[in-house]
Amino acid sequence: MPLELLYFAWVREAIGKGGESVLCPDGIDTVDSLIGWLAQRGGGYAEAFADRARLRAAVDQAFVPLDASIVGAREVALFPPVTGG
Amino acid sequence: MISVRIQEGDFDPGAELARLEGLGGGALASFIGLVRSDGGLIDMELEHYPGMTLKAVEAIVAEAVHRWPLLGVGVIHRHGRLKVGDRIVFVGVTSPRRAAALEACAFLIDWLKTGAPFWKRERFADGRARWVEACASDDAAVARWVEA
Repeated sequence: MPLELLYFAWVREAIGKGGESVLCPDGIDTVDSLIGWLAQRGGGYAEAFADRARLRAAVDQAFVPLDASIVGAREVALFPPVTGG
Repeated sequence: MISVRIQEGDFDPGAELARLEGLGGGALASFIGLVRSDGGLIDMELEHYPGMTLKAVEAIVAEAVHRWPLLGVGVIHRHGRLKVGDRIVFVGVTSPRRAAALEACAFLIDWLKTGAPFWKRERFADGRARWVEACASDDAAVARWVEA
């Protein structure tokens, strides 16, 4: 099943788009492994995902730590720490 | 009476306060966040995660309602382009007791900074632009609300 990815703030700017639909290969089952897989595409992806300490994630619209599972997820968002308020 | 709005346009703080005043509590506390004119800032773009923002803010409000005896809560958070001096966020709470109103108001604004999917990009008069970095003091502000 395709996974909807969303990118925000400088992650979106580095990659050059706000989101995309992907088919994850076997073994990509956590946010962390997803980030590693996307970073291998190089270019803006490598730039956006170079420093995990600066990344946060949401799975199906709930904040999660980067070691969270994405098995069965429909939507994963990747972004920097939030700065609202 | 809970009202949460995520919107591009401005809001009328007087109207929000009047709504909360009408709920019969003896204490009403409110906070308004404005765009600061730091270091030649012209304006900022507030990006958010449309599918998630409202429920993230509603979850924060639900936690406040769980912790304090509140009669009403109003939260408005804007997104889009905001100039220096523009209103960004409104938090208002009413309660029978002043301590509850003041504490719940502080809780809500602290959590809005760290628990809602917003990102600020600032633009300056000299042409620079930068994404605002989350700061450790925001995490520290929220940490004081974490129950042991």
